[in-house]
Amino acid sequence: MLLHTVNKSPFEKNSLETCLSLAKAGSSVLLIEDGVYAVQKGSQADAMISDALKTVNFYVLGPDLDARGMAADNMIDGIKTVDYNGFVDLVADHKAVQAWL
Amino acid sequence: MSEAGVIKKFLYLNRKAPYGTIYALESLEVVLISAAFEQDVSLAFVDDGVFQLKKDQKTDAIGMKNFSPIYNALGDYDITKLYVEKESLEARGLTLDDLMDVTYEDEDDDWAEKPAIQLVSKTEMADIMESQDVVLSF
Amino acid sequence: MKFGILINEGPYQHQAPDSAYQFTKAALEKGHEIFRVFFYHDGVNNATRLAVPPQDDRNITTQWQALAKEYNLDLVVCIAAAQRRGLLDENEAKRNSKDADNIAEGFRISGLGQLIEAGIQSDRLVVFGD
Repeated sequence: MLLHTVNKSPFEKNSLETCLSLAKAGSSVLLIEDGVYAVQKGSQADAMISDALKTVNFYVLGPDLDARGMAADNMIDGIKTVDYNGFVDLVADHKAVQAWL
Repeated sequence: MSEAGVIKKFLYLNRKAPYGTIYALESLEVVLISAAFEQDVSLAFVDDGVFQLKKDQKTDAIGMKNFSPIYNALGDYDITKLYVEKESLEARGLTLDDLMDVTYEDEDDDWAEKPAIQLVSKTEMADIMESQDVVLSF
Repeated sequence: MKFGILINEGPYQHQAPDSAYQFTKAALEKGHEIFRVFFYHDGVNNATRLAVPPQDDRNITTQWQALAKEYNLDLVVCIAAAQRRGLLDENEAKRNSKDADNIAEGFRISGLGQLIEAGIQSDRLVVFGD
């Protein structure tokens, strides 16, 4: 399955929305850079992500979360935090990577 | 012959409009070069990427080169799969008639002229993406 | 596993080159191989040797140089994108009758075919852009 990376805030660009509309069940999404703002519980993006979590695996890059002062305990349930080593493992474990820029 | 005879499925994902930024043009430059490597190349046009294929582009008055005719030449490079996501096109108030007539000659079908642009649904596009070995986004 | 890396954005302007660097470093430290790092679009600006970032900031170009030296990385700058943006090596400067070149040591200028080759030869190609 594909690993999708999203580096845009869902409040500014539709990259995450389009990604989720085209990500097949069983694929994975990794939020990096400004993409990590999507993880906040109760935001306008919450419903979209919670819905997607039923079929795709969600990951967020911890170093980018920390850099932006986003706390892991306010995160939508089901999103897993990875570091750069985890990012590398995710790339290795998926067939290909698709960047949603 | 490609290196070591490997043929991979390459997808060029286009989600940006032309002229406002250089991504569409430089993406097209990679696509042209890729033809020499005899890989299985597809182009996907999603979101504002569909504007790259809009017909009647005239750039004289903005002082930039109109590169839209290059899409028409892709067939000569054996690049014949241009997938346009139907929902993206419709969301922008466009139909297939608003896009350029990009065609290619099918060598397996007595060189019949065929349209290179195919409208696909989100479900079909998702399958196309999932089947790729290498996805290049710009 | 063999990775190829594509960087589409310039240094400091966008996080993409930093993300790519952190990813590349982590991959190498885990024992993976980096087939090539390819710089395209404004990404070619990562290869200038004339940038002088503030001393309390990271120097993205020298970071790549150090990593390249340690792991023998192939850092390739797209010639077409580079020429557009005024990034030249000695040969290109001479060929185009320019009075200076500005490519940092450890980077080399070559064609877009090097990107396609990275896609073919690598097990995974990872794109960092805007």
